[in-house]
Amino acid sequence: PPAHSRSDWIGPPDKHSNLRPVIFYVPPEESALERRLREARQEAQASNQRFWARHNRAFRQEKEEFIYSRLKAKGLEMRDESGQKATLNAEEMADFYKDFLSKNLKKHLQYNRDWYKRNFRITFLMGQVALVRALRWLRRRKKNVEQ
Amino acid sequence: GLFVWRLRSTGVRQIPHRFVHLYHIANDRSITFQYFNFLKRMYVTQYNKDLSQRAKPKSDSIVSPFHELRQLDQEKKVVHKISPVSPVHQSWSETSSRNELREMKSAAETEDSVIPVGAGSKEDRQWKEMKLRLDDLPGILARLSKIKLTALVVSTASTGFAMAPVPFELTRFLVASLGTGLASCAANSINQFFEVPFDSNMNRTKNRPLVRGQISPLLAVCFAASCGVPGIALLTLGVNPLTGALGAFNIFLYTCCYTPLKRMSIANTWVGAVVGAIPPIMGWTAATGSLDAGALLLGGILYSWQFPHFNALSWGLREDYSRGGYCMMSVTHPGLCRRVALRHCLALIGLSTVAPVLDITTWTFPIISLPINLYISYLGFRFYRDADRSSSRKLFFCSLWHLPMLLLVMFTCKKSVLEKEDKGDLPGRSRERAMEIRLP
Repeated sequence: PPAHSRSDWIGPPDKHSNLRPVIFYVPPEESALERRLREARQEAQASNQRFWARHNRAFRQEKEEFIYSRLKAKGLEMRDESGQKATLNAEEMADFYKDFLSKNLKKHLQYNRDWYKRNFRITFLMGQVALVRALRWLRRRKKNVEQ
Repeated sequence: GLFVWRLRSTGVRQIPHRFVHLYHIANDRSITFQYFNFLKRMYVTQYNKDLSQRAKPKSDSIVSPFHELRQLDQEKKVVHKISPVSPVHQSWSETSSRNELREMKSAAETEDSVIPVGAGSKEDRQWKEMKLRLDDLPGILARLSKIKLTALVVSTASTGFAMAPVPFELTRFLVASLGTGLASCAANSINQFFEVPFDSNMNRTKNRPLVRGQISPLLAVCFAASCGVPGIALLTLGVNPLTGALGAFNIFLYTCCYTPLKRMSIANTWVGAVVGAIPPIMGWTAATGSLDAGALLLGGILYSWQFPHFNALSWGLREDYSRGGYCMMSVTHPGLCRRVALRHCLALIGLSTVAPVLDITTWTFPIISLPINLYISYLGFRFYRDADRSSSRKLFFCSLWHLPMLLLVMFTCKKSVLEKEDKGDLPGRSRERAMEIRLP
């Protein structure tokens, strides 16, 4: 993002987590409340990034392992004569999907709780910041009118 | 040859822009799309990730995506495959018919070394300023409120209103429709507010406004409140308290029950089916002011319809659901998934037969609707037996036109109020009189 910009910038989805990173603008006259908001957002971003990158990587890895083991059981190699990667059809993959989902259910429940808490907190802080800014703007306007 | 990519984007003004990009992309061969993802986006339009999201009932306008799909036969499409870090395949293939489409193996998905959530256009790969532009706002809010799905929900409610055995009142009808629409917008916005990281990880939903940072969560919540509160107020004060209560309950059910439940248990599908069944009930109560058997029947028809519709659709999204942590029958209990879909297809036949018994329609309704109900049941049976992608797709697409057609037939077979009076049908007449007293 350009140096003179006064707003946050959001980027393309991350390769591993599929989440879009945000670069937060730090205004020189940032209040304590605004700082709390920014830090909460940064923390949430980092935590989300960690979770999904790890989760997706695990998914990819376990999927590879599953395909490999299934192919081996069938007596096939990972790549056939033409060099193409051998794959399993959707029905065979279904076992893997079911298994993966149940294995990770607890992890997801925990993550859900965390995410909801963070989301509410961030939104609440945003509300507070917006309110403070609005009041400040009104006060300034009143002063201008009086002058 | 000329490769034309026909994007069904939400913003029409974006299309020419995209075309230019696509010609560049075509030359670069650097960014590729999976045709399957494209298809997913096409037929999942009303679905929402929530297609992973819950479907709210649809109505007449659903026919359009189906027609669009038909046009695929005539169009040449470019099929891209995502070029991963370790290049596996970089090939261009041209699909000119839906048959070739079916031959698209899921191999395309498994070959990638990076989770293919879709590369997006070149535009997507840039850094964007997170500043709200007022001229973008209508489009953003439309996408946030899932305006197309909302329109379908409203049309289902309108059908409920129209089927009620009372004289048609235009203002009441409009107020009820508007209130329902606003309530639906609110519910959809809150749903998206809750699901940002999950939406990012699923192909169907990764282009939502909150995911892309086009709008802040605070604004999304404010928008939801500014739709929901007036919507429910309009229903409660402008129509009747019962409809308002149903509307509020439906918002609660969708946002606070269905949405979190999606990640906890497969029961979410049943809850979601109730969410879909309530709008026509609301339409009916808006007209009559009471919860009659007719309202429940209409709700029941929509409730049953949800299952073949959703279960068939979710069959093709198992990978995304599994990775995203969504508890769906198609992943955890595939046999149950197919059984339930079939069961409810058959239930539709039963419910259609009950309609004339309750004096809502004439006996021509079950007779005329039998062919389409039998057809969807047949597809449901095929899905049950074959359990593969093609049967699930067939069932899903059938459900898209089945519902509007069923509702239309129902409306045309509606038992005329006069007819009931002539037959000396006491309950009908007394209700008429009660209506006259109640109406201002």
